[in-house]
Amino acid sequence: MMSSEWPLWEVFIRGQHGLNHRHVGSLHAPDAEMAINNARDVYTRRNEGVSIWVVKSSEITASAPSEKGPLFDPSNSKVYRHPTFFDIPDEVGHM
Amino acid sequence: MYAQMVKTDAARVRSLDEMDPVERAFQERIDAGQKIEPKEWMPEGYRKTLVRQISQHAHSEIVGQLPEGNWITRAPTLERKAILLAKVQDEAGHGLYLYCAAETLGISRDEMYAQLHSGKAKYSSIFNYPTLTWADIGAIGWLVDGAAIMNQVPLQRCSYGPYARAMVRICKEESFHQRQGYDVLMKMVKGTPAQKAMVQDALNRWWWPSLMMFGPSDDASVHSAQSMAWKIKQNSNDELRQKFVDQTVPQAKYLGLTVPDPDLKWNEEKGGYDFGEPDWEEFFNVIAGNGPCNAERLNARKKAWDDGAWFRDGLTAHAEKVADRRASAKIAAE
Ligand SMILES: [Fe+2]
Ligand SMILES: [Fe+2]
Repeated sequence: MMSSEWPLWEVFIRGQHGLNHRHVGSLHAPDAEMAINNARDVYTRRNEGVSIWVVKSSEITASAPSEKGPLFDPSNSKVYRHPTFFDIPDEVGHM
Repeated sequence: MYAQMVKTDAARVRSLDEMDPVERAFQERIDAGQKIEPKEWMPEGYRKTLVRQISQHAHSEIVGQLPEGNWITRAPTLERKAILLAKVQDEAGHGLYLYCAAETLGISRDEMYAQLHSGKAKYSSIFNYPTLTWADIGAIGWLVDGAAIMNQVPLQRCSYGPYARAMVRICKEESFHQRQGYDVLMKMVKGTPAQKAMVQDALNRWWWPSLMMFGPSDDASVHSAQSMAWKIKQNSNDELRQKFVDQTVPQAKYLGLTVPDPDLKWNEEKGGYDFGEPDWEEFFNVIAGNGPCNAERLNARKKAWDDGAWFRDGLTAHAEKVADRRASAKIAAE
């Protein structure tokens, strides 16, 4: 049998401190189970995580770099979403 | 370095005014310190240069396991054996981070392996020297990983996002490599006169090949100038070599060793050491495939790949069987 290239998996790891899973990199593996095993060896050799997610790279839909403007520019004009937009007098106390 | 004398396809570095608007916008983003990410537009030369550099870097990490792997079963204590295993396992990890970074540029893992195994792709000259004694393992950690750190720290700021991020992970792990090597030597120089002589002999053999890792002077190289304009490279080879010598000579003194360079002298004016020129003929010979261990390294690498084929095939067959079983269980349930 000819060896065929294994699919690529994206690896997400939850650090020790109750954080979100974070993307750390990718690796090749024949199936999800081996992807988890390999991710353990490649990305958590120094106790970097308490939980691993793997997702087939081909299953990820990404926004196109050329769409950056239309996607993200609309939020630029909505400065009132930030608390610092509002001037609250000091007398009111902490808010 | 781990990637030596990487070509860029550039005949000369062009100015912003000579570029078309798309390339100019790209160069301006680089000049502004922005990171370039995988699916964004990039000049073909930038992409190809990165593929060459990152894959060569990855191959070096992988082949670099061989000279040290040579001593895993002969480490003097169980603790040293466990440490060396962990170090060599890290290098495998470094290779994997880097192959993944290169793959984001549109080259497959199999293509890169094929290039390494056919001898088309290069890896660092340093891994074509033999590890004759246990002191060589100390010297490699101290000098070879030390030289790699010099090169890899600025690469964390490389303009290509996936390469820069791989470098951040790698740099976090490298300092253990260098320190464990120096620790081996600190122990040995306090041992018997024979052990101390072994350390001096290791330094004698590894000093010049380590300086060669930075590559010949590239002040006049158009490839280096282009790589610097693209922020794939941050420092000249001579700059990094000088930094390495200045950092390493006092460490050799601390061990009570003599650096094998009659021209080595402190230069008060420049605040650094003057030192002799490595034998560049030897360097080009090793690069061309005629170093002491080139054939042995490549054969060992190919053998490991070929001998592992049945295992990789087994994993693939198992994955297919489980997927099939799952699919038919689903049909049966419907
Ligand atoms: Fe490494
Ligand atoms: Fe290392």
